[in-house]
Amino acid sequence: MFKFIASRSLQMLAVLAVTGTITFFLVRLAPGSPFDQERNVSPEIRRNLDAYYGLDKPILTQYWRYFSKLVTTGDFGPSFKYSNRTVTEIIGESLPVSFELGIYAMIVAVAIGVTAGVLASLRPNTMTDYVPMSLSMVGISMPTFVMGPLLLLLFGLQLGWFNVSGWSSFGDKVLPALTLGFYYAAYFARLTRGGMLEILSQDYIRTARAKGASELRVVLKHALRGGLLPAVSFMGPALAGIVTGSFTVETIFQIPGLGRYFVTAALNRDYTLVMGTVILFAALISVFNLVVDVVMVWLNPRLKFD
Amino acid sequence: MKIRHFANAATTILLGATLLAAGCVKKPSRVAQGNKEQVFHFGNGGEPADLDPHVIQGVPEHNIIKALFEGLVTVNPKDLSPIPGVAERWEVSPDGKTYTFYLRQNAAWSNGDPLTADDFVKSYERILNAKLAAPYAEMLFLLEGGAEYNSGKLPDFTKVGVKALGPKKLQVTLKAPASYFLAMLNHDAWYPVHTPTIDKFGKRYDKNNRWTRPENIVSNGAFVLKEWKPQVEIVVTKNPKYWDANQVRLKEIHFYPIESNDAEERAFRGGQLHTTNTVPTDKVDSYKKSGSSLRIEPYYGAYYYRVNVDKTKEKNPALLDPRVRRALAMSIDRDSITKNVLRAGQFPAYSLTPPGPAGYRPKEQTKFDPDGARRLLSEAGFPGGKGVPKVSVLINTSEDHKKVAEAIQQMWKKELGIDVEIVNQEWKVYLASQHALDYQIGRAAWIADFPDPNAFLDIMTSGNGNNETGFASPEYDKLISDSWSATGAARIEILQKAEAILMQEMPVIPIYFYTRNYLIVSSVKGWFPNLLDDHPWKFIYLDENAQPDKMPVLGLAQ
Repeated sequence: MFKFIASRSLQMLAVLAVTGTITFFLVRLAPGSPFDQERNVSPEIRRNLDAYYGLDKPILTQYWRYFSKLVTTGDFGPSFKYSNRTVTEIIGESLPVSFELGIYAMIVAVAIGVTAGVLASLRPNTMTDYVPMSLSMVGISMPTFVMGPLLLLLFGLQLGWFNVSGWSSFGDKVLPALTLGFYYAAYFARLTRGGMLEILSQDYIRTARAKGASELRVVLKHALRGGLLPAVSFMGPALAGIVTGSFTVETIFQIPGLGRYFVTAALNRDYTLVMGTVILFAALISVFNLVVDVVMVWLNPRLKFD
Repeated sequence: MKIRHFANAATTILLGATLLAAGCVKKPSRVAQGNKEQVFHFGNGGEPADLDPHVIQGVPEHNIIKALFEGLVTVNPKDLSPIPGVAERWEVSPDGKTYTFYLRQNAAWSNGDPLTADDFVKSYERILNAKLAAPYAEMLFLLEGGAEYNSGKLPDFTKVGVKALGPKKLQVTLKAPASYFLAMLNHDAWYPVHTPTIDKFGKRYDKNNRWTRPENIVSNGAFVLKEWKPQVEIVVTKNPKYWDANQVRLKEIHFYPIESNDAEERAFRGGQLHTTNTVPTDKVDSYKKSGSSLRIEPYYGAYYYRVNVDKTKEKNPALLDPRVRRALAMSIDRDSITKNVLRAGQFPAYSLTPPGPAGYRPKEQTKFDPDGARRLLSEAGFPGGKGVPKVSVLINTSEDHKKVAEAIQQMWKKELGIDVEIVNQEWKVYLASQHALDYQIGRAAWIADFPDPNAFLDIMTSGNGNNETGFASPEYDKLISDSWSATGAARIEILQKAEAILMQEMPVIPIYFYTRNYLIVSSVKGWFPNLLDDHPWKFIYLDENAQPDKMPVLGLAQ
């Protein structure tokens, strides 16, 4: 297993280097610069700005400078837009917020999704199947930018239970977690139902039933472990996506998370911040996928590390 | 067995719900609480890039910086006329080029250091120094030698027109007696900074210096920075060392960087904000009908179309003829655009410069005259629009710009028989295209930094960074530079002549003048509508006995 993890980690480093390089050149190839504003500065001032940030150097020199600094010091450099903060600081402030929201949302998603999926699979093609599955279809189809304002309107403005925006008290975290969680819950429900249906038709389940195991024991002890496989494999990318924040949910609820930086950094051509967020996202996806692969082997005896 | 399970689950859910509801009982709103404690909650539209007056360039930054810093003069909140700030009085030389400012004896920094004339000299040196690469250094090019120092032609700063004649006496020499100089002084670029603090936390000309952090910053305005939680809020609190602290009634101001105007409007309706940065267009009508919170006020800004008139770069030869450009301008029904497309109180624009400040009214304007436009087009050799290659209009991706462009597309087709294609580009791509003159006609906007017609007309001088049309007229340039030295009615006349050239040559097609649309609760006092939307914080307070405002009832998902 250690050999497996070590070789995967090496692959991960290669993936990060390639992702970083492609991003570096792509973002610089995009027309427009961090200093293009509605109000232009004089050509002299523009030259000063370019010189200040080293953008007057050939792109390969810039590339070499940036990566040698990143590799030797781990420093992503200062943000172009937020001039008194570094990229590391910005990520350091906003990632924990997105992480916290992501964990709550994941709990909501798994709790609702897996329960609904299991219930649906036990009595396929009856009302206990149709109702949760129809709801999950609604969940997948209803984007967060509809769900979020709806919840806010009801629980924030009408009932006055929660603040309409902000991220300070525990109450502020409830509606965003539900909004984000419902969306993923729908996926988990469908994946769990599919996985469970397949497992429940297997021979060993029939054997378990024949041996007189209670239905509860059959489901929880024997079927669930295998039935969750599709949901677990979805969990890797989902977790990486969910803990790095959601632009929409963060904008609707005014949450100081990382998600919005993915979008605004690119729009602002904030070169260093784009690099920081992309490399972070790539690293998280790689790590979560690795973890999921390890968990999959543990859950599915037919798989082996190789 | 099953029933017991169900009962357990139900009990757990009920218990949870009760706890949740108990935790979220309706509290008094943040606005009501703020009214009692003189704490202002301000929707600021976005996260400030920095709070260094020499480095920033946006409106969210300015809103905070004007609470933290104060220049030589500040403004009368009603009409924006200059009133004494750090300087208690000033004298102007007969030729209008030399100003002597007498600083207040009790003007001080928030750490207790006295605020001296030398602080201003050092501040102006910093913003003009090329190493800092300050985007707004251009504001100080009005100083004698300012531009030359910035470009490196003049290496010695003592030759630049700013001198400390004593600890509290500052002399400023201008390269021309610009009559708008005092009005300009309220801009961030002219604010003093505390250089010992800057030097302590990094290099003086380093943009990434950390002196503007709450734990480091030293400032001289009515408020000091207390807290900066990125993307959450910035809190400033009353500065007891401010020379006019008795005038300041607000205890704290909280600035919220809410970018989404829908989210901001919801926060306002939920009693979390005293004012918003803007109002979503689709909610303007609801607020007009119910509630008294909506403000629609004239704003010193113009929305216009640039025409690329650079002979080497314009790809549509027809647009190089001023008669064609005038015909295009004369066939736009601006009333219809403001009433039917924009629908939020904007004013139709028939000149680049909005009328008002300094008593300026443009004399020659364009007009809506489709018959005249058709005649002009025939004269130019394109009767009925025949022979005019398809005109492309560049906009940045946005529903609002698209709607205006589509209306104009239709008008040009209907009135002139000219085909128009609308090209939309992402914001930075669009900026780069305009900058490279890689467009035929392009959407543009200009919001003035100070209340004077020169703030508009100066940008159309040849080579100006914001001209971006390739328009270059020696006659126009001469009139503008003459206007810098002229005063009173003579100056207005020169500016009118300059604007008349613009309306003849038509490198810019005016469309509408902006309005500032925002929401404000009735407890806010000392807040007056004005053209620059500039509301000095030291005059603002909250009425603690104000009744809660009536909010409109909006449909689902709004």
